[in-house]
Amino acid sequence: MVTRVWPRIVSHCLLLIFATTFIAPFAWMVISSVKHESHMFPRPGEAMWRVWLPTSNKVDEQGRPVVTFTRDDKSVTATKKFLPAEDKSNEQGQFTILVNGEEVLAFPEELEEQTAVGFHFENYRKAFEQIDFVNNLKNTLFICFSVVIGTVLSCSLVAYSFARIPWRGRNTLFIFVLATMMLPTQVTLIPLFSLYKELGWTGTFKPLIVPAFFGTPFYIFLLRQFFMGIPQDLSAAARIDGCSEFGIFMRIIIPLSRPALATTALFMFLYQWSDFLNPLIYLQDDRQFTIAVALQQFQNQHEMLWGPLMAMATVVTVPIVVLFFLTQRTFIQGITMTGLKG
Amino acid sequence: MTRGERRNLRNGLLFASPYLIGLFCFTLYPLCMSAYYSMCEYTVISPPHWVGFANYTDLFRDGRFWDALGNTLVYTAVAVPVGLAIAVGLAVLLNQRLRGMSVYRTIFFLPSIVPIVASAILWLWVLNPETGLINGTLMAFHVDDFINWVLVQFGRQPTFELPGWLTSETWSKPALMLMSFWGIGGAMVIFLAGLTDVPDVLYEVADLDGAGPFLKFRHVTLPMLTPTILFNLVIGLIDSFQYFTQAYIMTSNTNSNGTPGGPMDSTLFYALYMYMNSFLYLRMGYASAMAWIMFIVILGATCAVLASSKRWVHYHGD
Repeated sequence: MVTRVWPRIVSHCLLLIFATTFIAPFAWMVISSVKHESHMFPRPGEAMWRVWLPTSNKVDEQGRPVVTFTRDDKSVTATKKFLPAEDKSNEQGQFTILVNGEEVLAFPEELEEQTAVGFHFENYRKAFEQIDFVNNLKNTLFICFSVVIGTVLSCSLVAYSFARIPWRGRNTLFIFVLATMMLPTQVTLIPLFSLYKELGWTGTFKPLIVPAFFGTPFYIFLLRQFFMGIPQDLSAAARIDGCSEFGIFMRIIIPLSRPALATTALFMFLYQWSDFLNPLIYLQDDRQFTIAVALQQFQNQHEMLWGPLMAMATVVTVPIVVLFFLTQRTFIQGITMTGLKG
Repeated sequence: MTRGERRNLRNGLLFASPYLIGLFCFTLYPLCMSAYYSMCEYTVISPPHWVGFANYTDLFRDGRFWDALGNTLVYTAVAVPVGLAIAVGLAVLLNQRLRGMSVYRTIFFLPSIVPIVASAILWLWVLNPETGLINGTLMAFHVDDFINWVLVQFGRQPTFELPGWLTSETWSKPALMLMSFWGIGGAMVIFLAGLTDVPDVLYEVADLDGAGPFLKFRHVTLPMLTPTILFNLVIGLIDSFQYFTQAYIMTSNTNSNGTPGGPMDSTLFYALYMYMNSFLYLRMGYASAMAWIMFIVILGATCAVLASSKRWVHYHGD
């Protein structure tokens, strides 16, 4: 037994170290998004681990900052008399504070703001003021759902043709599917741009949506592999009963292929949600932006506003994470399906 | 042709018609036009003007083109193999029957689904030399002081400073590589699935032969994983040559003239330079020529990998 305990401990230690490294940036993003702007960076002399607490300045019920007041080596907790917005020092540079209800004049070096741990949603409010978030979300969801519908419809039809109908020339055409899977998007980028420009499609959602209705090689391939695994006897029986090809497709193949179709829909949604290059090229007006592009524009204009930036990054990420937890099995199955049968 | 065959042909073409139309409109036609544009001077605003191979000869004389190609090759040559090694390592660690494995799996997988724009912005901060997570942690553990102490012990000047990451010409590519390793979860899951396909009997035989964990990994696990490694390698290569979004977002305004790809063009990746040529300088013909060179490089690299795979990929049953 002795020989089998150590490998376990080593494995656990390694996993723990790696897991901490992997989760750290993620946690940092979420924690920073609920922090006060003045607490984004460790203050001099502050312990490193305090960065990991969602902290802000402590305030009383009226929103006045709570401070530690130190004079003659004695420290007491006090409150500033005025709210930060209207707080001004007198000619000597002193601030008015309340110590046990009594007004006292104190120099800034005698005061230290107290810190409170708590969630601070100011960053989210600031970010939403800068970005027309609801509109961008609407655009993104509209594009995502259109693309998902288009892809599932077209790819399942095409895959059915490749997998279940023996027609002359299908193998030749299937080679095109495989070959175009390798084609880098950059090669067709410029002609497509000028084509859409000629059609007057730039500045609309059409360049992002319409191509999805004409099949995506990767998902045609994926669905074909899945359809081929469905016993041919089922189709043959239906044919004897007088079922048309489309009837077989709708009533037999589609209901039996839910996992593969779900994978296609999920991955297409995920891809479209995160896609940056195409929306960047084709959308011109910020009213049309998807949240990915809006987030990048926001970052470009406010490079150092880490609080609101982290809030926005969290907002863009959370739906995907929730989607992952809701569809975990489809997700993992899908990745293995694409990876192993590919 | 019998009636049945004719019906099948009709139905087959009918079902495949979306792809047939798509293939011509959105792939083959653009492909031909791209080849044509690459022989033209083309600004989108005015019609293309035939210049023959001038774009290609200009490219070979363009220093930034070679920089972009070099940067992309260096990035690919390091990020792809190291990323694969990390993914295999994590998958092997996760493929044990230990408590809490599903939690670990989720933790390693999650970063790979964070939208690229969000992760790019997050990493801009993580990599910030003064206030970022990485340098902050290194400072908290006094890594810089320790290295300087070592330098002094060896009679050198204590000149070590923590990396400037994206602000430094030397460290900008390693910074982006680090970020790419964070998103390795997808490949890891594929490897995990590959590992569950390895028959237990092989490990039992290895046990009988007295093989330790290292030998078992080297002679059982790794050979059995080679088909999956091949798949991830090809996908990784193709993706890596097209590396764009992260570089575009994370290096904006880092070159002295305000373009992305800096500092000193050290993160000017191929797809980024192509994007700049097409949509910033409006040299669409020039960019089309770049696209074709990229296509040929990707094709060459993929073919080379596939050709070499006969020697190192073991399929089950071999």
